[in-house]
Amino acid sequence: MESILYPLLGGALIGLSSSLMLGTLGRITGISGIIGFSLGIPKKDDFWRLSFIAGLVIGGALLIQVRPELFSYQFNFSLPTYIIAGVLVGFGTRLGSGCTSGHGVCGISRMAKRSLLATVTFIIAGIITVAIKGALS
Amino acid sequence: MSNLAALIAGLLFSLGLVISGMTDPGKVIGFLDLFGEFDYSLAFVMIGAIATHSIIFKLTKGKKPLFAEKQFLPENTTIDKKLISGAVLFGTGWGLAGFCPGPAMVNLVTGELKAVVFVLSMLGGMILFRVIEKALK
Repeated sequence: MESILYPLLGGALIGLSSSLMLGTLGRITGISGIIGFSLGIPKKDDFWRLSFIAGLVIGGALLIQVRPELFSYQFNFSLPTYIIAGVLVGFGTRLGSGCTSGHGVCGISRMAKRSLLATVTFIIAGIITVAIKGALS
Repeated sequence: MSNLAALIAGLLFSLGLVISGMTDPGKVIGFLDLFGEFDYSLAFVMIGAIATHSIIFKLTKGKKPLFAEKQFLPENTTIDKKLISGAVLFGTGWGLAGFCPGPAMVNLVTGELKAVVFVLSMLGGMILFRVIEKALK
């Protein structure tokens, strides 16, 4: 039960955060878009994006002080894996206009067909990648 | 005020990511390991988030946000190669490292070199996309 409770609770907080963004700024909480549009010289209209990213990182920084055990996992792969994966995630989310938050949470909540299809696609691509990696190791 | 709202939304979002287990790349890989040691728990993050956000989305539909003139919702409804290929690339990177953009940003606070390298590579991938997009225009 506990294995479901924390994901549900955390998910509800993510949904609440996205709702706060929509209700106050009228914006979609798509993290890849928020980061992607923040790259470059910030204009006044972009400050909300930087504020959101700051909140994301400050939140993590506070949590790791209070509950360090929540961060007690390992990064198990080689450095080149993180480089290749990072480039794929950065490029892919911008090309496909969204990631887990923008498509997976906000888009599906709006019943957007594009987001539903993108979410199914990136989950399947992830499953295939993990399966291939498992078969090779 | 809008920057404060975005900051609070960012804080809530990171809290949700950490509580739910989304920041643990091992758990993410487990969720994608459908043909191996499948860990279904993270599916409940999406369920919790969508359940919460879809209700608020319906309630705020067409209403003026608190600190903005209007809602900025995506208007593109075309399903094209960009959407699908972007999702495939993102899903592949997600499966390789277990990071999507939000959790990757939060993991910067661990100070782990691999998390920092992932985020820098992700930003590189986003910049690469922007350069190619400009060149093709």
